[in-house]
Amino acid sequence: MSESAAAHTIGAYVPMVDGPDKVSGRAKYTADFLAPGLLAGRIFRSPYSHAEILEVDVSAALRLPGVKAIVTGADCDKTFGVLPIARSEHPLAREKVRYRGEPVAAVAAIDDATAKRALGLIQLKVRELPAYYSSKQAMAAGASAIHAHRANNIERDVLFELGSVEQGFREADLVREASYDCAEVCQNQMEMHAAVAEYDVLRERMTVYASTQVPYYVHLMLAQILDMDMSRIRVIKPHVGGGFGCRTEALNVELIAALLARKAGGSVRLMINREETFITHRGRPQTDIRLKLGMRKDGRITAVECECYQRGGAHSGYGIVTILYSGSMLYAIYDLHNVKYMGKRVLTNTPPCGAFRGHGTVDIRFAFESLLDEMASELKLDPLAVRRANYLTAPTFTDNDLMVNSYGLPQCVDWVEQASGWGARKGKLPKGKGLGFACSHYISGASKPVNWTGEPHATVKIKLDFDGSIVVLSGAADIGQGSSTILVQTVGEVLGLPLSRIRIVTGDSEVVPKDNGSYSSRVTFMVGNAAIDAAQNLKRVLVAAAARKLEANPEEIECLGELYRAGAQDKGLTFNEVVTEALKDSGTITVTGNYSTIPQSHGGKKYRGAAIGGTMGYSYSAQVVEVSVDEDTGVVNVDKVWVAHDCGKALNRLTVEGQVQGSVWMGMGQAMSEETAYHEGLLVTGNMLDYRVPTIEDSPPIEVGIIESNDPHGPFGAKEAGEGSLAAFLPALTNAIADAIGLRFNTLPVTPDRVFAALEKRRRAGNGSAGKANNADPR
Amino acid sequence: MARILELVLNGRRRVDAVPDNLLLLDYLREVVGLTGTKTGCDGGECGACTVLVDDQPRLSCLTLAASVNGQGVDTVESLAQDGRLSAVQRGFHEKLGSQCGYCTPGFIMASAGLLRRNPHPSDQDIRAALGSNICRCTGYVKIIEAVKYAAELHAGGVAP
Repeated sequence: MSESAAAHTIGAYVPMVDGPDKVSGRAKYTADFLAPGLLAGRIFRSPYSHAEILEVDVSAALRLPGVKAIVTGADCDKTFGVLPIARSEHPLAREKVRYRGEPVAAVAAIDDATAKRALGLIQLKVRELPAYYSSKQAMAAGASAIHAHRANNIERDVLFELGSVEQGFREADLVREASYDCAEVCQNQMEMHAAVAEYDVLRERMTVYASTQVPYYVHLMLAQILDMDMSRIRVIKPHVGGGFGCRTEALNVELIAALLARKAGGSVRLMINREETFITHRGRPQTDIRLKLGMRKDGRITAVECECYQRGGAHSGYGIVTILYSGSMLYAIYDLHNVKYMGKRVLTNTPPCGAFRGHGTVDIRFAFESLLDEMASELKLDPLAVRRANYLTAPTFTDNDLMVNSYGLPQCVDWVEQASGWGARKGKLPKGKGLGFACSHYISGASKPVNWTGEPHATVKIKLDFDGSIVVLSGAADIGQGSSTILVQTVGEVLGLPLSRIRIVTGDSEVVPKDNGSYSSRVTFMVGNAAIDAAQNLKRVLVAAAARKLEANPEEIECLGELYRAGAQDKGLTFNEVVTEALKDSGTITVTGNYSTIPQSHGGKKYRGAAIGGTMGYSYSAQVVEVSVDEDTGVVNVDKVWVAHDCGKALNRLTVEGQVQGSVWMGMGQAMSEETAYHEGLLVTGNMLDYRVPTIEDSPPIEVGIIESNDPHGPFGAKEAGEGSLAAFLPALTNAIADAIGLRFNTLPVTPDRVFAALEKRRRAGNGSAGKANNADPR
Repeated sequence: MARILELVLNGRRRVDAVPDNLLLLDYLREVVGLTGTKTGCDGGECGACTVLVDDQPRLSCLTLAASVNGQGVDTVESLAQDGRLSAVQRGFHEKLGSQCGYCTPGFIMASAGLLRRNPHPSDQDIRAALGSNICRCTGYVKIIEAVKYAAELHAGGVAP
């Protein structure tokens, strides 16, 4: 028995615990729940961008045989929204429609064909109102209000100045200013939105299967919209086909499905198509940025002035938080003082934006890292040296009170420098090829939950019964990022048990403890820490039982996972023997683990909204992108990406690599091809050909360096891995293009036609490709 | 109008009366209940619904069910033998070619089709064979590794 050793998986390459279900087709997603008698739901959407509703006539549709229920705005006068301070949205429009595609009515029928026919019989009468499709139009003097409580169409106006930018610019050797325009982008996750709602008329209970990242929010909003007691609602989250942020708020889809099911007195499956999924949106807003930086000759940044306009769409959503993140997250990556931020979140007659991966940080980082590169070039400094001149020293607090305890950015920069051969290759590649560099960072969970209830930030339960299997119960939503795998590994590590002994149950509010959900990269950090706490509590129970049986003191007990013993010579007890002894006291054992963030991580009070940005730990990323530009066609090919990500500690190297590669690639889509475009409010890119996602043939090798800064508060030292590497790709790409052809692109996406037009313009002007990068944008 | 559809689905003969305009995708999911095959778009954009018709990858969302009369159709549910994962399934699981898993059945069937006709594909062969499948999670890097690993397993005798 002396050969026994506790099992360890932390830090290993561990395939996902639910992988076999996904590769075999057994994994069930919301639309896969088929049942006899299930009604088919369909949504009637507004063909107007902005209009007063005069009448929604559903009488003809109701007469169609097979139609079981129709709901309209008249069926629900409640509003929903993710932020308790900004709930502006009805599941079905009332009084006004505010964007083209907004739900106005919904039908439940015996089959999809009938539901579809019924939509054609619904009559919507309106009085059209002036509509605004850009921030500028919506903010113009005399524009009418999209929401009565926001007279000038500004959802939130943020202004702060910490230090003195005037002073900072005086201290600079070089001051430069540039403008950036980032297109609106959408998550476009592979699974289209769907919900199945079952209303039990006899018990007056509602069960909803929702494809969500936060079942808890869906639960809250169902109660609000249905005006039902929360205890009568059950939310089930099956497998989810990606989210990337669009499912971090309750969507109208699940709310409408529930309204239909209750009215029909039965079960309704509401599946929306790809175009409707785009319209439901919650993507990253179109953003205009004006950035001014001051820099000393040695690369030190002396002042930052940043103005940011986000075209938020027709409802509040996460808008206030997004515009605040864009300001607060200027900090916590470099040592900055003298920062002024002016942000405006604007309401427009376009689909509502939301919290896309890298929430609020991506477009700002694109601007910042682009201008740093431009200024480095002007000062004849290596772009890496500019970053090195501005490192933070952890532990520290930033000027806006963000707590930084671990800081692996220097190691990230060093890693990509080495791996890419930066020193030997930068500026020395053949014509049309270039290297670009940039950094980014992200939070490991917002320190303060959106709904502040005073509960712990995360709670995990573990059940242990006669069979000796460990069952982890968690509300954390696995959406493909691998959170269930991390929790199983975490519990196994503490108990020294192989993963085969551990099962996990998630995604059913009837069984699992509430969780704040999969948003802001919080799960590994918050829920991981709660899982460690739960496993330690269970271990204490088991050690006490083993000590009793072995007639030893608990401190003498050595836990080797499958073996508990009171000294190396002791033959000890098997795990099952320990379990049998432990159950004698209490029967089935359940333990709880909790995690709460510390108040120092909650951000500051120096300006309104300064808590946004506060986290227990920031991840860091550095990237080098290598490109080839075809000067005849304007086609940019990404040949290779080197990315280093400081995730504190890689609990699972396989999933960390997967998350980092996925983030980089998603940044590539935004940088090079993706854009949700509208013509007078009509979505013209509502499919996966016009919304151009990179295919496998467009996509480069992405080499990942894992940097482990071992955060003092992270679970086993871990921080987030799934978002922080997205933002750096965008500026690293445009910096590489500037290196390759001497043209700088400040408008995203950098499509071949934009590159071609810029090259043509330069050819006509008779400029060679030598010399400093010209601004290629037509402004 | 209904037609008689007689096919060999996942190795078993099956006969159904299907409407003329029923898509193979809807036949598989809604009629037969094989929900492993996924719908990811409004028609022909994403590859999530890829199945094999007589060993050739086919988008089931652009295929009428009645048109595969007399042919063999394989879906992701057919690959595991005696409860053991096939080479491609193991590749996608062990090398993390699958994250959220929604595009996975389509990628797996396209990859299985590739290995059936080309057991030793190059990176370029893999990219070409999977060029019409979209994945939103992985960035494709580990998908390529998964298929290469599957080819090795296949060379060692594991069915693709």
